[in-house]
Amino acid sequence: MEKKEENQREEVLVFGTWANSISGRVEIALKLKGIPYEYVEEDLSNKSELLLRYNPVHKKVPVLVHKGKPIAESLVILEYIDENWPNSPKLLPQDPYQRAKVRFWANYYDQKIIPGIYTIGQSQGKERDEAIEEWSELVRVLEEGIEKDFPGKLALFEGDNISFLGIVVSSYACCYPAFHEAGSVFLSWEKNPLFWSWVNALRDYPLIKEKLPPHHRLVESLKAYQSRFS
Amino acid sequence: MADEVILLDSWASMFGMRVRVALAEKGVNYEYKEQDLKNKSPLLLQMNPIHKKIPVLIHNGKPIFESLIIVQYIDEVWHDKAPLFPSDPYQRAQARFWADYVDKKFNVSTRKVWTTKGEEQEAGKKEFIEVLKVLEGELGDKPYFGGQSFGFVDVSLITFSSWFRVYETFGNLSIEKECPKLIAWVKRCKEKESLSKSLADENKVLELVRKNLGME
Repeated sequence: MEKKEENQREEVLVFGTWANSISGRVEIALKLKGIPYEYVEEDLSNKSELLLRYNPVHKKVPVLVHKGKPIAESLVILEYIDENWPNSPKLLPQDPYQRAKVRFWANYYDQKIIPGIYTIGQSQGKERDEAIEEWSELVRVLEEGIEKDFPGKLALFEGDNISFLGIVVSSYACCYPAFHEAGSVFLSWEKNPLFWSWVNALRDYPLIKEKLPPHHRLVESLKAYQSRFS
Repeated sequence: MADEVILLDSWASMFGMRVRVALAEKGVNYEYKEQDLKNKSPLLLQMNPIHKKIPVLIHNGKPIFESLIIVQYIDEVWHDKAPLFPSDPYQRAQARFWADYVDKKFNVSTRKVWTTKGEEQEAGKKEFIEVLKVLEGELGDKPYFGGQSFGFVDVSLITFSSWFRVYETFGNLSIEKECPKLIAWVKRCKEKESLSKSLADENKVLELVRKNLGME
């Protein structure tokens, strides 16, 4: 009985969905740190009472629950994981200026790059072409910015391990083959060669590779989603 | 070597004010450079070529952008005085969550209150009040969002109080009537010297908005 209670006290739960690259971030961070957790798959069209109780404000995934206490918003969760389990490998750099740069680009990715992918998926024809062009511009800013702010290193990795920024950027971008097959050809090697190489390096990274949503299932899901906008 | 701290800002910006508040809390000496957003200075364009926005904090020649990122930076660099975060990781996560809520939900909800009319404005006002009530609920009976002491979430939200007269005048509503505890919190915060010297005067902000909209 005591041992079970002890396990429950340390218990880490992650609420997510199979297709959601954002909840994937949380799982990758926990695995990187070697923290055991239990994953709970949510049906977003029929949210569980537990999810609504743990995230009453946004009612979204991912949610991390640690010892019964919930935390929402993926970037907040990632920082919590790094602070609560400060063992190596560290997700964020120690230097305040470097941390500010990482936070800036993570925020940029979430505020600009991901919504841009949605815009592409939701549009058609000429509008979609324009959206793709705009998106590649946003990515160019990201490419140049990261090169400038983290000179001489690939900021998405820290030695052999994926970094905070790598975990963030892997969301959505690493699923590009499924998006492309569903007709949303957002990533171009010609327009964004640097980003292309980063994304493929991330796709090869074992923790990312094993966490990618199943390709065919994702293609079908994306096609269904896009058909709502045609 | 003395620290060189420069802030590129615009006096009425609730985002810039957050940085002023944080610097004041920490007792950091800095040079304030008012920016004309309609005629951006070479320094601003050089320091923040991506977004070309204020605030920008320049610390020993290195620029940092995005107000909440700047505030966290200030808290980490000048960590010896007036910490804006508690030490417990869970409470720190809650503080980040609520500051993010202020930025994403609250900030967005203010726009429609004073920039739209008719049905759109009514819907905007409803959402604004709902969001305020969520924040008031989170404050609860604590003196500050940070608990016993002024913290990160307090910094993120208090600067919007300089714009309350704008929301109330254009939206024809009374924030005190809807959320009395929140107004009590505003008054409590304003008793702090760091705030009284960092926050823009509500009436001057209203005057500025009226001027910009062509109503004198």
